[in-house]
Amino acid sequence: MSQASSPTVPVVASKNQKNRGGETLENPKFIPNHSGRRMREYAFRAVIVSATLAALFILIVLTVNVFKQGLPWLDQQFLTSFPSRFPERAGIKSAIWGSVWLGGFTLLFSVFFGVGAALYLEELAPKNRINRILEVNISTLAGVPSIIYGMLGLTLFVRIMAFERSVLAGGLTLSLLIMPVIIIATREALKCVPDDIRLGAAALGATKWQAVRDHVLPAAMPGVLTGIILAMARAVGEAAPLIMIGALSYVAFVPESAFDAFTALPIQIFNWTSRPKEEFHALAAAGIIVLLGFLLVCNSIAILLRLKWKDHRR
Amino acid sequence: MSSEYVLETKDLSLSYGDNQVVNNVSVGFKEKAVTALIGPSGCGKSTLLRTFNRMNDFIDVFSHSGEVLFRGKDIYNSPLDVTDFRRNVGMVFQKPNPFSSSIKKNITWGPKINGYQGDFDELVETSLKKASLWNEVKDKLNSSGLDLSGGQQQRLCIARAIAMDPSVILMDEPCSALDPQSTAAIEKLITELQENYTIIIVTHNMQQAARISEDTAFMYEGDLVEVGETSQLFSSPEHKLTQDYIGGRFG
Amino acid sequence: MQNQALWSGSRKFQKLKESVVTRILLFCAGVSVLTTVGINLILFLESFWFFKEISVSEFLLSTNWAPLFEPRHFGVIPLVTGTLSVAFGALFVALPMGLGIAVFLSEYASPKLRAVVKPMLEILAGIPSVVYGYFALTTITPFLRSISESVEVFNAASAAIVVGIMVLPTIASICDDTMTAVPKSLREGAFALGAKKFEVVSQVVVPAALSGILASFILAFSRAIGETMAVTLAAGATPQVTLNPFEGIQTMTAYIAQVSMGDTPHGSIEYQSIFAVGLLLFLMTLVMNLMSQYIVKRFARRYE
Repeated sequence: MSQASSPTVPVVASKNQKNRGGETLENPKFIPNHSGRRMREYAFRAVIVSATLAALFILIVLTVNVFKQGLPWLDQQFLTSFPSRFPERAGIKSAIWGSVWLGGFTLLFSVFFGVGAALYLEELAPKNRINRILEVNISTLAGVPSIIYGMLGLTLFVRIMAFERSVLAGGLTLSLLIMPVIIIATREALKCVPDDIRLGAAALGATKWQAVRDHVLPAAMPGVLTGIILAMARAVGEAAPLIMIGALSYVAFVPESAFDAFTALPIQIFNWTSRPKEEFHALAAAGIIVLLGFLLVCNSIAILLRLKWKDHRR
Repeated sequence: MSSEYVLETKDLSLSYGDNQVVNNVSVGFKEKAVTALIGPSGCGKSTLLRTFNRMNDFIDVFSHSGEVLFRGKDIYNSPLDVTDFRRNVGMVFQKPNPFSSSIKKNITWGPKINGYQGDFDELVETSLKKASLWNEVKDKLNSSGLDLSGGQQQRLCIARAIAMDPSVILMDEPCSALDPQSTAAIEKLITELQENYTIIIVTHNMQQAARISEDTAFMYEGDLVEVGETSQLFSSPEHKLTQDYIGGRFG
Repeated sequence: MQNQALWSGSRKFQKLKESVVTRILLFCAGVSVLTTVGINLILFLESFWFFKEISVSEFLLSTNWAPLFEPRHFGVIPLVTGTLSVAFGALFVALPMGLGIAVFLSEYASPKLRAVVKPMLEILAGIPSVVYGYFALTTITPFLRSISESVEVFNAASAAIVVGIMVLPTIASICDDTMTAVPKSLREGAFALGAKKFEVVSQVVVPAALSGILASFILAFSRAIGETMAVTLAAGATPQVTLNPFEGIQTMTAYIAQVSMGDTPHGSIEYQSIFAVGLLLFLMTLVMNLMSQYIVKRFARRYE
């Protein structure tokens, strides 16, 4: 690009050309084609930089569109009203509370079972074939489409256990969905805890569980929490499994017990988006702002924890 | 007790998978004495040391044959609980590894989980005093063990081991991660502790072995080549190998 | 020296506690096995009832999918082609972009720039599927329609683009990880031979990281197949075999979602049909996930 760096080496060196005294690097056996290759280097850079910029551009367009459409509708009335046929009266109250209930149940079940399973597999289980099969099983589960978890929830929780289309059934379904994510994140965090700690505890006559409970798990905690929060962020945004188990889109009440019917933020957004009327799209955008706000809070906490973890480990 | 030894091995062989790293070693360790295990790296001395409190149990492929007797009982084939046994045999590691909790909790944790019935404050004080650390930390018992210097951390780990009231303390190159000053402090401490504890120390440093130990065992490629009084072993070794190693010809 | 009186001798309680805790945690780990068993059981059982009515060969080979109205037809091919066209379209968008971003991040970006771009990708990855559906319907589709009149309101192209954006972070971050893991010595060796950076990247680094890159493609493809909300919103509900990306289609996931939103009585053939479609979907993603896991494992071993 710049003059200073432009090549002095001839692009085509003929065999008859004399080597000028040997002080340059020319060698008639090589035709390095510097300028052509340099051009290709710049073209290559241009391509990858524009790929990256395109991704950022999409992110910006998405955010700007959502805010442009949704912000005018995002007011007190929107946050405190139930859904309605009339866009100007419609609100998101039942969806917010539904998501809070769902989040609560999901947190409860998925943390208990997810962290428990990870502790067993990483710290207590004998490292044998069965453990390896379980490992493959869990990473396979992490790749099962969320709608399939919805079908499991529909059959198991809604019908067999007869929880009906309740917020409890929804929470359990989402728990199964994010459990593999929590297990994998927790195991990674546990793997980062140096073995010194386990050996030091064992040398003092501690059992495995005592060492894990008092030293290993606390040391892994920031990583574990980060994993839990990211998994929760995923659960809060999931719609497909909830549609499967029959979350309703018109709910004019806030759930008051585990067995109440419910709606949730992503369900409400889906419902509004799928209507042809433009105003409902704007409502959907306003709902998206609320949902993204939820996720932003989750992710900020996760990032803070990660930073704190880095400090701590020096 | 039939034997003069607190701890002894009989015909002990240790392997990782198919790879035998210690071959038919029979050796005894005297009560209230410091015994040094020396030898070039990879000679099996650390593996041997870790057998004495069954730390090798954590390695899946580890296996042994022969006997390890603690006060006459085989620690691998007796109803003795392994955690209970580890309480009697303390260990100090190569790299200081205090827990990331307060100095006080570092000391009390082991006794607590092992059901210690005495007074914990008293235990903290006596343990730290025995480890010559009390004066340096008595005003900051609640600050983190990780805030101490390397040498202090290692003494904290010794105090932590002492708090369990063990009869044997195993040390796996306890000074290799420390500066010369801290090393001197630990060496001084070891000679003091010798009055009350049986100490087995693995070391790379022959001068250190000569300075602090009463007995020395020299290992080479998994074999116990020679064992005896330190002064004897260093001044007139019986084996050519020992002579060469001490003379600095290899290792 | 040993003052035994100070130590509570009995370890019975401690042992009991240890075994109880271990068992509880073992049960937690067992839940993941039960989940797997549960998924397989319900998919196979409900599909079994379905296949008692409809033969497997009709299901897999016939090209007419009309499950909700008489005369009913259960040929799954339109749903499969719908799904595959969205997934391939998504990869068409995400592969070059994702690989480009990964090369930029791992080879060209300064640590500072990397620290800015990576979180951006994570945000992109964290946006819920339903939000992407909204984006497709309100931004991408109008944009496509502004280019050509013939683009339908619900169309496969819009869904493919948005799903491509969704799987982009997966590809970018896995490729970035594997390329970063390529040993520095390999790059230095190439530079020492007088190679330019793009030559090192394209002829040394990318080939060395090829299996990881391949694994990320397969994983992204599997995600694209399983994606539900965005395609339900953007691609429509017209099961048909078509090569025109600007027409509406229906994917397998969108069909399952459509049926579950209606009032389909349990035990009816429509109800059972979603499990048959679900089973097919599950098997397709399973095969691809296992493939990518296998490739990643083999790759990991090479640099040990």
